[in-house]
Amino acid sequence: MPRSYIVDDPEKRQFLLDREVHVSETVLRDEMAHIFAKCWIYVGHSSELKKPNDFVTRRVAGRPVIFNRDMRGDIHCFLNTCRHRGAIVCTEREGSRRAFRCVYHGWAYRNDGTLGGVPGEEAYKGEFDKSTLGLKQPARFESYRDFWFLNLDPDAPALTDYLGRATEYIDLVVDQSPSGQMEIVAGAQEYDIAANWKLMVENSVDDYHLPSTHATWLNYMANSGVKIERPSEGRVLPTKGLAIDLGNGHFTTDNVNFRGRPVAAWIPIYGEDAKPEMVEIRRELDARVGAERARRIAETNRNLVIFPNLVINDGSSVTVRTFFPDGPKKMQVSAWALGPVEETPTARSRRLDAFLTFYGPGGFATPDDVEALELVQQGLVNWEDDRWTEMSRGMGREGDQLNSDEHHLRIFWRKWNQMMEAV
Amino acid sequence: MADITRAEIEDFLYREAALLDEWKLEEWLELLTEDAAYYVPPNDHPEGDHHTVLFILADDIVRIRERVKRLMSPECHAEYPHSRTRRLISNVRIVSAEGDTVTVAANFICNRFRRYERVREYVGAYRYVLKRVGKELRIKERRVIIDAHELGSLGAVSFIL
Repeated sequence: MPRSYIVDDPEKRQFLLDREVHVSETVLRDEMAHIFAKCWIYVGHSSELKKPNDFVTRRVAGRPVIFNRDMRGDIHCFLNTCRHRGAIVCTEREGSRRAFRCVYHGWAYRNDGTLGGVPGEEAYKGEFDKSTLGLKQPARFESYRDFWFLNLDPDAPALTDYLGRATEYIDLVVDQSPSGQMEIVAGAQEYDIAANWKLMVENSVDDYHLPSTHATWLNYMANSGVKIERPSEGRVLPTKGLAIDLGNGHFTTDNVNFRGRPVAAWIPIYGEDAKPEMVEIRRELDARVGAERARRIAETNRNLVIFPNLVINDGSSVTVRTFFPDGPKKMQVSAWALGPVEETPTARSRRLDAFLTFYGPGGFATPDDVEALELVQQGLVNWEDDRWTEMSRGMGREGDQLNSDEHHLRIFWRKWNQMMEAV
Repeated sequence: MADITRAEIEDFLYREAALLDEWKLEEWLELLTEDAAYYVPPNDHPEGDHHTVLFILADDIVRIRERVKRLMSPECHAEYPHSRTRRLISNVRIVSAEGDTVTVAANFICNRFRRYERVREYVGAYRYVLKRVGKELRIKERRVIIDAHELGSLGAVSFIL
């Protein structure tokens, strides 16, 4: 009999979540098998590998991998583990290499993964076939608009089928670029949060928390001349925002912007000097995609979750953020800035500055998110005596679903619960 | 600034460290020039330029002042109650002196304590551009380079490091 971690009662308009999901080693072990080994997990972006032979190393779904271009320029993902005794074969964080040589016994792999040199190869007398001893690859490795994902399940659906309607929102982000090419900007923000990874999923799209968690950021915006309207009746936020179900456990917010956007929504923080260039960015956008789509790109913002652990925040700037559990009570976060490849130096500088107004370990908002999530985790020590998290906000609302409700959080938890029930 | 001594610079840096550790941030602002900047480069590009590389923090004087407002607010949840910090500065060196400015390098260890937490230890190098204004030294640029390969369990740089 599968066990459910949620109480989902449409009649009572009540949704409760069992707090065990945030503290349990058993739940984490099941997540590894039934979520991280079944879903498409973000690896990296083509732009991180500009030239043939470029590589980066990182942990994806907890596994050390090499993400690289081979000599021909084809992109690969390899498990960063020697086929001989299992050592990490690439110890550098990034660079350019035609081969990866294990320091232990010197086995060397070409950057297309094939095994080249094995010192003292003649000593292998029996069944030893170098052609079967190339670096291991995840079962599947596919991309959508330069975002590369791996899947450990050979029977998984194609990435584009998995992403489904989420591609519409990825397109809205990528279409900021005149050539349709975005790039990851150098400089990674990597930090740990002493909280369960799923709390970051919730936090990334939960606009209900904005006024209380980010009061000092709202003050900073207002002090800088940004118009922050008082929420009208029934709202908690300055502008209207929606929560949208994209299927397959993906969801997004879709908000009328007030916070400024490097793609063509000027705020005083950018300075008067920025205005002519921003008018030009908007004009190019209008001409290229039409007025209505340009309005969506420039005047709305969105926080998109690709189930289970990729977040694209297309807000004050664009951040690509992924996170992975390191035990049930800790996560490791990696975040990058994303911008159009053809951006001018002044526009790029503005984009990076706008990023830091809100996001990251030194931003005016993220540290308070980190604090909130860590306080949740600390409070959850009481989980056995105070078992259920209340997540019914907006349940049963007719028509548009609001970003300040918990509709989208329930989408995540239903999908998560369904996958865990397969245990 | 050819006549400036390491002792004078050390006195200045120790005074700054005391103001930061005691959360006298309004007084600390008075040590800055009107065009001061404060940078924390990302761990993977410590020598990067904030116009082309995503930093952890890159403030001009306007945002430094806003940051101090934020930090002194009880609604700055990451720092309320305030962290207790204790920074040790050493290996102070004059890198170059030109006109009325001097570039200074120093090493630091900054221990940070918060409720329910064990110590977080930030280790790295400070790089300052100091300017002589009248008889006083002022900070024109303050760059904090963290040695760790990633922030990891250091979490946030939510206070003035």
